[in-house]
Amino acid sequence: MEFDYQITGGDFSSAGFASSHLKKILKQLGIQPRLIKKIVIAMYEAEVNIVAHAWQGWIHVRIEPQAIRLEIQDQGPGIEDIERAMEDGYSTASEEVREMGFGAGMGLSNIKNNSDDLEITSTVNEGTELTIIKKFQ
Amino acid sequence: MQHQPIPSMTQPMSIQEIARVAGAQMLCGAHLNPAIVRAFASDLMSDVLTLETDQTLLITGLANVQAVRTAEMSDISCILFARNKKVTEDMVHVALENDMVLMQTPHSVFYTSGLLYQAGIQPIF
Repeated sequence: MEFDYQITGGDFSSAGFASSHLKKILKQLGIQPRLIKKIVIAMYEAEVNIVAHAWQGWIHVRIEPQAIRLEIQDQGPGIEDIERAMEDGYSTASEEVREMGFGAGMGLSNIKNNSDDLEITSTVNEGTELTIIKKFQ
Repeated sequence: MQHQPIPSMTQPMSIQEIARVAGAQMLCGAHLNPAIVRAFASDLMSDVLTLETDQTLLITGLANVQAVRTAEMSDISCILFARNKKVTEDMVHVALENDMVLMQTPHSVFYTSGLLYQAGIQPIF
């Protein structure tokens, strides 16, 4: 089962729409609530990151029998130092993003904590790609 | 540091009881009956997204649609907005779609938390 979502940078009013849709699907599929929470939190953090930092982005979701795979790609400023961006507390978020309740530099590490595998590649001034895998057991 | 021991709650608290203790007005979801055992008070949604507990009430002064979305993702089914922060139609819409209760109180986050703590609502950390 596969789904695609398009995310618009800066559009905080719609941030979370994709994650909300995925949550409903995972519920219908009867996935364990604890797993659903981890998957949608990882996806929501990624969705908020696109809205907060990028110009636009796409999320491709692939649900397989044993695992879910989220492929997240954006066009944006990219991440200069991925290792540093993974550290708790490091953030380049704007004041506007902080006023929304985010931008504390906790997102990427929270994605990692809620997934079984996280790969990040990024090119400055082009964009960032994340692959998140969460196994169903 | 350990928090001071308080009388432990034997039964989860109903949202009606929470509203009474916190002097809160129910904005939507009054017909729902989520059981609340503990609460977390924060305006930082990134911090809320790290919680692993259930039966949790969110007390916040941050009134925007992302506060409701954050609660939705975190399986938090009740939000109490402090200082009568304006709750918009968009927020109510997201809450209703996800069977969530929204309330508001004129009290501050600090005072609201104190009232609920005294009534037996547990802290998370």
